[in-house]
Amino acid sequence: MRKFETVEAVAAPLEMPNVDTDQIIPARFLWRARSDGYGDLLFNDIRSDSDGSRKPDFVLNRPAFAGAEVLVADRNFGCGSSREHAVWALADAGFRVAIAPSFGDIFFNNSFKNGFLPIVLPEARCNELRAALARNPGAKLVVDLEAQEVRGPVGVNDGFAIDHFEIDPFRRELLLAGMDDISFTLSQSETIGRFEDRYKAAMPWV
Amino acid sequence: MAGTLFDHIWDRHTIMVRPDGAVLLHVGRHLVHDGSRAGFKALAEKGLPVRHPERTFGTPDHYVSTHASTLEAIAEPHRREMVAALTENARASNVTLFDLGDVRQGIVHVIGPEQGITLPGLLMVCGDSHTATHGALGALAFGIGASEVSHVLATQTLWQSSRPKSMRVTVDGDLGPGVTPKDVILAIIAKISAAGGTGHVIEYAGSTFRNMSMEGRMTVCNMSIEAGARAGMVAPDETTFAYLKGRPYAPQGADWERAVAYWRGLVSAPDAVFDSEVYLDAAEIEPMASWGTSPENAAPVSGLIPDPAHAPDAERRGAIERALEYMGLKPGMRMEEIPINRVFIGSCTNSRIEDLRAAAEVARGRKAIIPALVVAGSGLVKQQAEAEGLDAIFKAAGFRWGEPGCSMCVGMNGDIVAEGEHCASTSNRNFVGRQGRGARTHLVSPAMAAAAAVTGRITDVRKLMAGGI
Repeated sequence: MRKFETVEAVAAPLEMPNVDTDQIIPARFLWRARSDGYGDLLFNDIRSDSDGSRKPDFVLNRPAFAGAEVLVADRNFGCGSSREHAVWALADAGFRVAIAPSFGDIFFNNSFKNGFLPIVLPEARCNELRAALARNPGAKLVVDLEAQEVRGPVGVNDGFAIDHFEIDPFRRELLLAGMDDISFTLSQSETIGRFEDRYKAAMPWV
Repeated sequence: MAGTLFDHIWDRHTIMVRPDGAVLLHVGRHLVHDGSRAGFKALAEKGLPVRHPERTFGTPDHYVSTHASTLEAIAEPHRREMVAALTENARASNVTLFDLGDVRQGIVHVIGPEQGITLPGLLMVCGDSHTATHGALGALAFGIGASEVSHVLATQTLWQSSRPKSMRVTVDGDLGPGVTPKDVILAIIAKISAAGGTGHVIEYAGSTFRNMSMEGRMTVCNMSIEAGARAGMVAPDETTFAYLKGRPYAPQGADWERAVAYWRGLVSAPDAVFDSEVYLDAAEIEPMASWGTSPENAAPVSGLIPDPAHAPDAERRGAIERALEYMGLKPGMRMEEIPINRVFIGSCTNSRIEDLRAAAEVARGRKAIIPALVVAGSGLVKQQAEAEGLDAIFKAAGFRWGEPGCSMCVGMNGDIVAEGEHCASTSNRNFVGRQGRGARTHLVSPAMAAAAAVTGRITDVRKLMAGGI
């Protein structure tokens, strides 16, 4: 997994609450192998017409937001199914960070496993950020995981702030190291083995 | 038992807590399906075996055909490969598989309880958000992503960064005629919103759930995720034990007695404190239908489609406007004026025997005037329905009687709703494009779906029950 280093990149505002995983990646594409990539399918049905042509007014189709690595979304982003493809589609399309007032729980968990950082900021600040980014298409945000800060928008004199965010220390450590958690868990196998013996003794029917 | 039922199961499965608060949980039983290919692949790439194949159970459901329960019936090669990969992964890992051609095959959240794999007091996971269903038996069950599936396969454990909060939803009283568990959960979501349960595990309490069948409790817990919750659960009781007794993977003999003695203690303490509490009165719940593109967009069938002009804020006004535009509906229309072009009865929410009986009761002696599909949740449910003659009722009424699987709930097997069509569906999500690009989903109970099939519009099933139509 790629190490998460400080991201300074174009940030795109997505003005929709409750963006569910079916909108991030429709179910009909989920058979695709992980190695084939999902980036071109991100937001497929809101991004394109049924004949496949891109809708020019959708934020990610606007040239100013090309190369965006940060998405600033509205509440309950990534709600719905457990499909990790939603994170893969974002990551494969080049996104490293999503900022929102709240996230779907499973989407939130899946993000960290893919070097993708979901950041919760207060609703009012997310609204401000989206408005500032819409007024200044192509403006950048700095996401500093080490310092747990979002800074920006930078380079424009509009809506700048330094926002601290919370992150679970274990997840932060894994992201910074670019490590997945299986290796760490396997290193705990003695503890796990002892637990399993007690569990089996108490609940032999499992 | 001190604390909540959730606390007890969480603590019972906690292997270790890191100084930073991360919790390593043991997984009692793990369910896999034909969407679990990536999880197995990641495991193989690391060269790791499945740690506990005897506690891992699989069945194909998302990609299977409803025309015949065979691999050959899956016409599209990519879909066929997903199912074939499960067969091969299960064989290579020695995981118990209820494969195509086995009468026990079906939707993973139907077969877990049906086989007695799901048990009170267990922590269970599956790579599917509707794993919440299994909480109906007093298990703590939640959905996980593909990376977590491979972690569970490799270690039978799962990391959680923090303990979820707890919410108790209490519903008391008797449900009126024509009002079903589906209407209860739609009413709960309409009340607390699609994000109301985010970060929480919900315990459903009160006489309405105590008097509810296991099938009904599964319908309610299933849609906990549509309320944003991680999981939903109902404390086990005599209804649970009677349901489980004798099921193939439930404890037998002396183990059964010992297990039941333990399970009887699985209740939240009277003084247990929940982070939030919600109350509903069963008598006030009507048959429901959704009108928009979020499960929270549901209203009583006697009601009206909301007017965005009356929304409390600009954000919600915009959301209602967008939903109505997608759905092709007008503010202030009566719910019963919503036209329906297609009906789907099935899914992990509503495909169990009781659901099929309720739908058949409405279909009996009537004719569907639009295409209608009924898909039993498992081979065993289908067999039982056929033994009861329900298939004959549906066929006589012009409904198609399909083979078990997820089918039109998510359309991954090719059973989709055409662009612009309104589908009355007993499934769980009315998201944009969920049942097919441009499809307009109306979430309803099985009885309400059958009513829509015979009238071609959203119809208050109570009028049909009274013989009025």
